[in-house]
Amino acid sequence: MANIQIQNVHKSFNDIHVLRGIDLAIPTGECVILLGANGCGKSTLMRCLNGLTYPEQGSVVVGDQDMAKTRGRRLRRQRQRIGVVFQHFNLVDNVSVFQNVLYGALGQQPGGLATTLQALAPQSLRQRAMQCLDRVGLADQATQPCRELSGGQQQRVAIARTLLQAPDVLIADEPVASLDPRAGRAVMELLIDIVRERGMTVLCSLHQLELASEYGDRVVGMKAGRIELDAPRHELDRDTMAGLYQGVVRVDEQQPTPADTALAYSA
Amino acid sequence: MSQYQEAANTPTPPSRYQRPSLFACIVVVVFLGLLTKGVMATDVTLARLASGAVNLVDFVGRALPPKLDDLDVIGGAMLETLYIAIVGVTAGVVLSVPFAFLAARNTAPHSLIRIGTRFLIASMRTIPDLVWALIFVATVGLGPLAGVLAIVMDTVGFAARFFSERIEEVHPGPAEALASTGAGRLSVIGGAILPETLASMTATSLYSVEKALRSAVTLGLVGAGGIGVELSAAMRLFNYNKALTIILVILVCVLIFEQLSSAIRRRVI
Repeated sequence: MANIQIQNVHKSFNDIHVLRGIDLAIPTGECVILLGANGCGKSTLMRCLNGLTYPEQGSVVVGDQDMAKTRGRRLRRQRQRIGVVFQHFNLVDNVSVFQNVLYGALGQQPGGLATTLQALAPQSLRQRAMQCLDRVGLADQATQPCRELSGGQQQRVAIARTLLQAPDVLIADEPVASLDPRAGRAVMELLIDIVRERGMTVLCSLHQLELASEYGDRVVGMKAGRIELDAPRHELDRDTMAGLYQGVVRVDEQQPTPADTALAYSA
Repeated sequence: MSQYQEAANTPTPPSRYQRPSLFACIVVVVFLGLLTKGVMATDVTLARLASGAVNLVDFVGRALPPKLDDLDVIGGAMLETLYIAIVGVTAGVVLSVPFAFLAARNTAPHSLIRIGTRFLIASMRTIPDLVWALIFVATVGLGPLAGVLAIVMDTVGFAARFFSERIEEVHPGPAEALASTGAGRLSVIGGAILPETLASMTATSLYSVEKALRSAVTLGLVGAGGIGVELSAAMRLFNYNKALTIILVILVCVLIFEQLSSAIRRRVI
């Protein structure tokens, strides 16, 4: 049975059609890599999976809940099962690494709200947070303010935060796009090790063919709001990849056709 | 191609001066009209300014030397002023935080609540502290409590606005990340927005204390407690030597507090 079942999803921003009938199923425990040029709709699709954006049409079922129709307390409960790793880490800069990891338990009840201050967090949670930090190799940086870490370290903290959340689905939106190739590979290795250990279902967007074919079980390619490719990783080659990026020009160079201007809104 | 030819082909730069718009002309004419009428209505004449300068010299002559006999009374009144400022600002800042979150676009639970809260904050800010003091003297009676309440209203009007503007400037990424974990509204505010705004809120609060200290001095003039009461009494009784002492004490205290506040602000920001 699929853990993620996306059917006929459509989404527009200001009359610009960003997602144009997406169908995608991801079985439990599978790691799917999403490829495609900037602005093809990857981020919008991933945001729909966590209820950060709602589609206008179609269903986005994660587990047994349609995220397109889930609101309020049910949405918050469902979000605990769906971890998100963002391209720009989205850490709270002014607080410590340890506090940022604890934020992964904010959605948990009871005691979630107490984790806004690490001094009030239950001891068991504090210990779990340290284990998560240790897992990403940053236990010795626990008291450092996040802003003093490198990009690669910050993404590790974001992964530790997701680890504490303990989701069964992981959405990673270009997790290595802000990192240099070496740091990017290290972060990707860590991420995949963790999801394999925990048996998570993963949807991860990337731009690197090597990383996609190395770490994904399956590769899905998007172009202008549609899925153009859905293949096992060993079938992916440079020509197929180039096809996804063909005809894509900079947003500010495009003629204002609806399909092209969609690029400006969906990143 | 010669340099001259290149220069000849260069597009002409825009004109140095632009004709002002009709709106700008109307604003200038209205402003000049009000300024002229204002100078006449307030009787600002060279003769009066000159006689005022002479009287000022006379005042200073009569006020010197400052009378230090009542320094303990003046010190006590200054301390009361400081208490009014600190208690008023503390209560005002504490109240400003929820007001600010209700007034900020990114944290208000509903647009109607946001508009209502903004209106309330603007009302508190628009009414001057001296008017608040008169209202509270009439409602709770003469004394420092009226001063404290006036400072609370003034601080909420000022601090809540600055707090809400800072909250609106916060980068949405961390708040979104926390919301994506299933965190509720309060947790997102406490976890992502408050830490990002705390430094700015502290700086604004310190500035509020500086502002309140100056206000608290004048509030005494209408009977709302503090050193203003002593100053008002000394001036009415033509006890200028004592008045000068009070003014000097105020000057020293305000300057010391401003320096202290600036030093703390520099460390916080």
